Amino acid sequence: MSWAFLRDLLSGVNKYSTGIGRIWVAVVFMFRLLVYVAAAENIWKHEHDEFECNIKQPGCENVCFDHFFPVSHIRLWALQLIMVSTPSLLVVFHVAYRENREKHHNQKLYKNPGKIDGGLLCTYLISLILKTGLEIAFLVLFYKLYNGFKIPRLVKCDIKPCPNTVDCYISKPTEKMIFLYFLVATSCLCIILNLGELGYLIFKYSIKCYLKRHMKKQQ
Amino acid sequence: MDWGALHTILGGVNKHSTSIGKIWLTVLFIFRIMILVVAAEKVWGDEQDDFVCNTLQPGCRNVCYDHFFPISHIRLWALQLIFVSTPALLVAMHVAYRRHEKKRQFRKGDQKCEFKDMEEIRKQRFRIEGSLWWTYTSSIFFRLIFEAVFMYAFYFMYDGFRMPRLMKCNAWPCPNTVDCFVSRPTEKTVFTIFMIAVSSICILLNVAELCYLLTKFFLRRSKKAGNSKQQPNHENKEETKQNEMNELISDSCQNTVIGFSS
Repeated sequence: MSWAFLRDLLSGVNKYSTGIGRIWVAVVFMFRLLVYVAAAENIWKHEHDEFECNIKQPGCENVCFDHFFPVSHIRLWALQLIMVSTPSLLVVFHVAYRENREKHHNQKLYKNPGKIDGGLLCTYLISLILKTGLEIAFLVLFYKLYNGFKIPRLVKCDIKPCPNTVDCYISKPTEKMIFLYFLVATSCLCIILNLGELGYLIFKYSIKCYLKRHMKKQQ
Repeated sequence: MDWGALHTILGGVNKHSTSIGKIWLTVLFIFRIMILVVAAEKVWGDEQDDFVCNTLQPGCRNVCYDHFFPISHIRLWALQLIFVSTPALLVAMHVAYRRHEKKRQFRKGDQKCEFKDMEEIRKQRFRIEGSLWWTYTSSIFFRLIFEAVFMYAFYFMYDGFRMPRLMKCNAWPCPNTVDCFVSRPTEKTVFTIFMIAVSSICILLNVAELCYLLTKFFLRRSKKAGNSKQQPNHENKEETKQNEMNELISDSCQNTVIGFSS
């Protein structure tokens, strides 16, 4: 089980997406997943070993690291990627349900089970809202947990067993900050794409509904 | 998800590229991505562990390392490769959109469409003309911009492409100016110069491809202007020759029909 599993999952989702949805999948693959695996993971690899406090007191470094990094940036990033990709599965399940229904009744119930209309449209809209919500939730979590998106070079720690306020130094803070900003930027881009897709679908189907009613009235 | 997945994605674009584009893709995968994964990552693997400063002051090493390497070479290269590969996705999306339109035509039972089944549509190679030409040319243009920006960023951040053996650091909490020693500076310099050289080759390939596409575009335009006076059959023979030279199959059902009928 690795990121390849998520990649295969999302490739399946791509089939039933709109144009903007496909751009979203491409952004997630190239700018989030690939950057995570190829670059970001290695920066945070030895973060605990390289976290250094100006004290010889055993246990002080451990306790301070745990206090300042309750959940590591890189783990939050991974969780965000997984959570944000999962709502798209609702669409895949719905299409599979439709195809199953057709098999069960042994007749063609839908013109095209993968076309976004009726119930599938609702599912698609819900998945978009969930994706956007989760993105925003994770960004807020990042912001609250780490007091903004800055990573300081030095943090002062005075938790037991540290005998007094000690200086602790974080490794590669600038590099980590650059990638954190990159993560925030791509998250915001994905939020914009999701909102754009939401707006586009609502607009498209409102126009369709309006035209249908107009035609019925004319008849 | 790794560089292999990128290879799968870009491999699809390869079919619709020019010959220079195919060479560029080969250079990208063999001389940049493979070198990065197989060799360069190991050279920079122990960069912070073996970055040694002549002081016992805790924190001084961390701070000095962060000061001299705001972003590691290896990460910058990985970002450069990702950004440089991304414009090719524009072409992939455009091709996918055209294929989708062809499939729709086929499903509607459009008799103008020359394809017999969906498999043929899936395997079809598109000619780089019309809107696809613009997409392809824009993607090369963006590639060039990204390559240039990253090369400049490298040069700017590290004051050239040489990795020094010794750096002097007096950032707090270092008590005074301390000597810090970089691990494997010569090997890192060699790889940096290698990556820069291959980047330059890729820039040259992109420029050549751009020139080739522009030349083709203007030639086609002048031929169309000239051929409006000549006979249509003669025009078709010349176009067929051009097809063979460029090894690209015609993509437009309509163009073929109009060409033959006129």
